[in-house]
Order: sequence, then C-alpha cells, then structure tokens
Amino acid sequence: MSISLSNISKSYKKVKAVQDISFDVNPGELFGLIGPDGAGKTTIFRILTTLLIPDEGTAKVAGFDIVADYKAIRSSVGYMPGRFSLYQDLTVEENLSFFATIFGTTIEENYDLIEDIYVQIAPFKNRRAGKLSGGMKQKLALCCALIHKPKVLFLDEPTTGVDPVSRKEFWEMLKRLQKKGITILVSTPYMDEAALCDRIALIQNGAILDIDTPKAIVSKFPKTIYNVGANNMYKLIQSLQDYEHLYSVFPFGEFVHYTDQRESFEIAELKSYLEKAGLTDIHIEVAQANIEDAFMELAK
Amino acid sequence: MKTIGYIIQKEFKQIFRNKGMLPIIFILPILQLVILSNAATYEVKNIKFAYIDFDHSSTSRALVEKFNASTYFNVLTDFPSQEIASSSMLAGEVDVVLEIPNHFERNLLRDKTTDLSITINAIDGAAAGVESGYVNQIVQSFNKDVKMAIMNTSKKAIQPITIESIPSFWFNTTLNYKTFMVPGILVLLVSMITLFLSGMNIVREKEIGTLEQINVTPIRKSQFIIGKLFPFWVIGMGLLTVGLILAKVIFNIPTIGSIVLLYAYTSIYILVILGMGLLISNFTDTQQQAMFIAWFFIVIFILMSGLFTPIESMPRWAQIVTNFNPIKYFVEVVRMVMLKGASFTDILPQLWKTLLYAIAMNGFAVWSYKKVH
Repeated sequence: MSISLSNISKSYKKVKAVQDISFDVNPGELFGLIGPDGAGKTTIFRILTTLLIPDEGTAKVAGFDIVADYKAIRSSVGYMPGRFSLYQDLTVEENLSFFATIFGTTIEENYDLIEDIYVQIAPFKNRRAGKLSGGMKQKLALCCALIHKPKVLFLDEPTTGVDPVSRKEFWEMLKRLQKKGITILVSTPYMDEAALCDRIALIQNGAILDIDTPKAIVSKFPKTIYNVGANNMYKLIQSLQDYEHLYSVFPFGEFVHYTDQRESFEIAELKSYLEKAGLTDIHIEVAQANIEDAFMELAK
Repeated sequence: MKTIGYIIQKEFKQIFRNKGMLPIIFILPILQLVILSNAATYEVKNIKFAYIDFDHSSTSRALVEKFNASTYFNVLTDFPSQEIASSSMLAGEVDVVLEIPNHFERNLLRDKTTDLSITINAIDGAAAGVESGYVNQIVQSFNKDVKMAIMNTSKKAIQPITIESIPSFWFNTTLNYKTFMVPGILVLLVSMITLFLSGMNIVREKEIGTLEQINVTPIRKSQFIIGKLFPFWVIGMGLLTVGLILAKVIFNIPTIGSIVLLYAYTSIYILVILGMGLLISNFTDTQQQAMFIAWFFIVIFILMSGLFTPIESMPRWAQIVTNFNPIKYFVEVVRMVMLKGASFTDILPQLWKTLLYAIAMNGFAVWSYKKVH
C-alpha cells in the first residue's frame, strides 16, 4: 500500500475534524478525496504529510509510519498545500532551485519528471512567482512538489480558483505523472473532477460516506434521475418541492435533477402538475446520474 | 551546509527585493541616531525665569544680574507681587520664580544670614531637578562673592576659609552629554532593528503559508533557523558599523577602547536578540502580533537599561530586574569600551552574562520551535 489509514481521528479542541477514517491507496493510483469545504480533507492531508499528529489511529505513507518515521516521509513525499505557498518575491527559477536544494537535489537531476510542466512556465522563469497567473502558479507549485522525485504526491485542492482550461490541463498532467509510477492523493470540491480519479472517497463532516471507483459509485445510485427545465427556475424548484411524490430535487446547471419516490413514474403526470403551477417551456427527460447526485444521496 | 548557504542567499534576496524594508533597515536608524543624539539631552536651557524683588537694594540687583548673566536662564520679568507671579506660573509663562524678601541686604550685612524663596514648576520632574541645581549653583557663587565683599568692607585681614570642590569628570571631561548618549542610542538601534526584523521574519513565512511547505521537507530545524537568522546577524553588525562611523564623523565621539573587542561583544549580543526574535516568532501567528510583543519588550528593556535613567536611582526590585535586561549590558560595554577604553578582562562579567543569555535564549527558542502540531 502506498498510503493506508486506519481509524484516524483528530479534533481541534471541541470540533471533531475527522473521525475514524480508514482507507488505502494502491501504488500508482490516482485517488480522490471528494467533499465540500470543511469536510476534513485538509486535516487528512496534514496528518499524512506529518504536519499534524492524529489523536487516534495509525497511518502509513510509502511504507513509513507517520509518527515514528516522519523524517523518511518528508523526504519521500511531495506536498502542495491548498493555499499557494511559494515565495512570491522569488522568481520561478529561484523557487524551484530553492526547493531542489533543501531536498538535497538539483533541478537537472530530476528534470525529466517535471519537464512537461516546466516547459510551460519556462518562458517566465525570471518572473517573480507573485506576478504569475493562477494557473501558472499551480504549475510552478506542482514542479516544486515534484522536484525531489517523490513516491507519493499530495495535492490539496490544487484546482480551486483556477480557470476551467487550466484545470483540464492540470488533470492531464496528473494523469501523465501517474503513468510515471507516482501515487497521487488529490482532494477537490469539484464533483466533475472526481470522475477523473481511479478511485474516490466521498467525505463529509469528517467521515467517509463511500469509497469506490467513480463508475461504481454512480451505478449504486438507486433512483432514476430526470432533468427538468422550465422558464422560471426558482418557481420550478418551489413547485417540485411541494410535489407529493418528490424524493429529491437539486439545481444542476440549467436544469434541476429530480427523483421520484415511486417506481412507476409518468413524465406526463409531472408535466401537467407543473403546467398547473403556471410554468411554461417545461422539459423533462431521463438523465445520467453523476457523482454529485451520488454524493447528495449519500449525504442525505 | 549547502542548504544553510542557500537559505541565507534566499533571505538576502528577499530582504533586498522588499522595497519597503530597505529604508526601514538602513535609512531610519541613521535618521534616529542623528535626531535623537541631538535632541536627547539632559541640559535644560532657556529657563523662563522671573523674580519678585521686595528689597530693591544693590545686593538684590546683583543677585538678579547673576541670573541674567547665566546662559541657562532667560530673565523675563520682575513681578510686583506673589499673586501675579503665581498666576503667571499657573499660566505656564514662567518656570522659575525667585523671591527676594524685604531687608535682604540689611539682614545679610547685619546677621550674615538671610533667606531666599525659589518656586520651580515641577510638571517635568527631571527638568525641575536640573533647574534647582542651576539655581543653587548661582546662589552659591553669589554667596561667595557677598562673603568676600562683606569681609573686605569690614577690613578684617583674615583670608576667607572656604572649601571648594572642583569636580573632574573622568572619561568625559567636558561632561558632553552626546559622548555618552550616542553610544547608548547606537545600542538601542542595533537592538531594536534586529529584534523587530527577526521577530517578524519567521512569522511572515507562517502568514504567507510557506512555512507549511517548508515543514514537509527533510530540512532540519537547526538549518532552517540558522539560515533564517544569520542575515539579521549580518545586518546587526552592519548597523553597528554605520553607527560607529556616524558617531565618529558627525558627533566626534572618542573611541578609546578596542573596536575589535566591541565587535566581538556585539556578535554575541546580537545572538541574544535573535533568539528573542525567534521566540516571539514561535508564539505568534501574525506579523502584527509579533510586532506588538517585540515592541512591549523593547520599551521595557530600553527604559530599564540605564540609557536614559541611571539604574542606581531605580528601586531595589527594579535593579534586580535589570539584571535580565540584555540591553543594559550592551549599554555598559559600549560606554566602557568607547569612552573608558575598557579591555577584555574589564568587560568579562558582561560578556559572560551575555553569552549565558544567548545560549539560554536560543536553546529555549529552538526547543519551542515545532514543525509538527
């Protein structure tokens, strides 16, 4: 196992940040921690990167115990905190060689690992890190986390606050790194990114809701989902919430995701109900369940 | 070693790229040294002096003339009555009022003794003390003149027997206040700047989040701390150099003792201050908090260092507390070496205490610095 946690708990004073968390990440796996803000994702990262000592439970990273062998872990993992935490007043190149030096290596030694990413920011290598765009900063931070050729890479919400194009690029980079044999633990609040992971753990309020491949999690979804659209979104949700057979309703882009309590559900019946409620342009169709639906269902 | 070297290099880059910080480090201390050294004086000049002369004799006029001749006093007015003098003092128009009683001359000639009344505005206690001293000096000198005059007129052939003490001020013969203030202010600047900078430095990495990234690296805390603090040690020594040059060039302060000795002592002294800065960093989360705590300590240290008020005049408990004040030792050493030419053995007691302090402070600071929470 590259990463394994068993029964990890951590509280800050009275607040229980994570409770009794256990999961394993296989070598070379791209594993996602999916959950809303405050779910306990960062706490798990801080425990695994030896910045926090858990109250209970044990964990191993790259075969080392997080408490007893913390020194070995520090030289064999790469960590990219959620907040951009490089020196804003140093240039791209200076930041990179700084981290290379404190890991006792050089940029040249592991250049092949970061080459794909570094070539994209190389034109700006004499620019101060603080003056880079959000996507560039993420790439630089990833380079700095990779410069010592880590066995395990920890990425805490790497794409939060990054534009959609850069996000996509970033995930492509992760896939390439995975092929080079690096185990990656990534957290994200974006459900669409969850589908890109090999396996995911859905986490809320410091507890794990489910761990499986994204496909399996979606397939476990028990209901049929309908995309419902109408001229007035707000009124649509209100009307659906008043509907007697409602199971769940969530806004989803330009539609709402609706599930019904009954096994036999007639689209026409719901349509006439909504028409009676005064809505027009009503559009109802069967939709594919996704991870967000699964998460909402599990979090109920 | 390579790691430490790289961190030091990085720190210097960051210091010199911080456009707001550079003037704080180098320009402000120079300004402070120049301004404070010229302003912080114990001398009180232009004392607003007034008198009430009820006697109107030649002797009373001679006394007033003595005050007039003094460079310290500005003889403003003579008041006809005590009430007017009091109200003028109340309004802050005069600082010192001399009241010469009726029959002043007559009593002096006949009884060989008389009284004078002096009223001093003591809102500023320190100034009042100095003013009282000046007044006494003038009255004493007047007293002597009068004695001579009386004796001459009475034609007694006896020479006056007076015991006069002529003070000789060692190590500062002219009692030039700048000679002892400038070295003191130099100490203040070196301590203040290095404490503030080192106190805020590691906390800054906490604030911007880089410390979290650094903590997940195999770097040893000793490497990190040395790398972070060494640049401020260099800056402290640099400030001392700039200050010494200014002291020589602008104020012409004598440097009798060995400069090497002064540098040797300062190099240990700065370690105490850096340890203190690190300790502040460890127990604070923001630069603002660090700044306030550093400020709190520096004010106590400065006021209890013997720089502005002599330690001998403090209450017993305060004198004991000053033993824990590193600035006190530095002030002593700088004055001893620069003005008295103290040798290595002379400053050995201070050196030992400072060294112990440095070891204790840094030991505690390093121990309390934690990478894990």
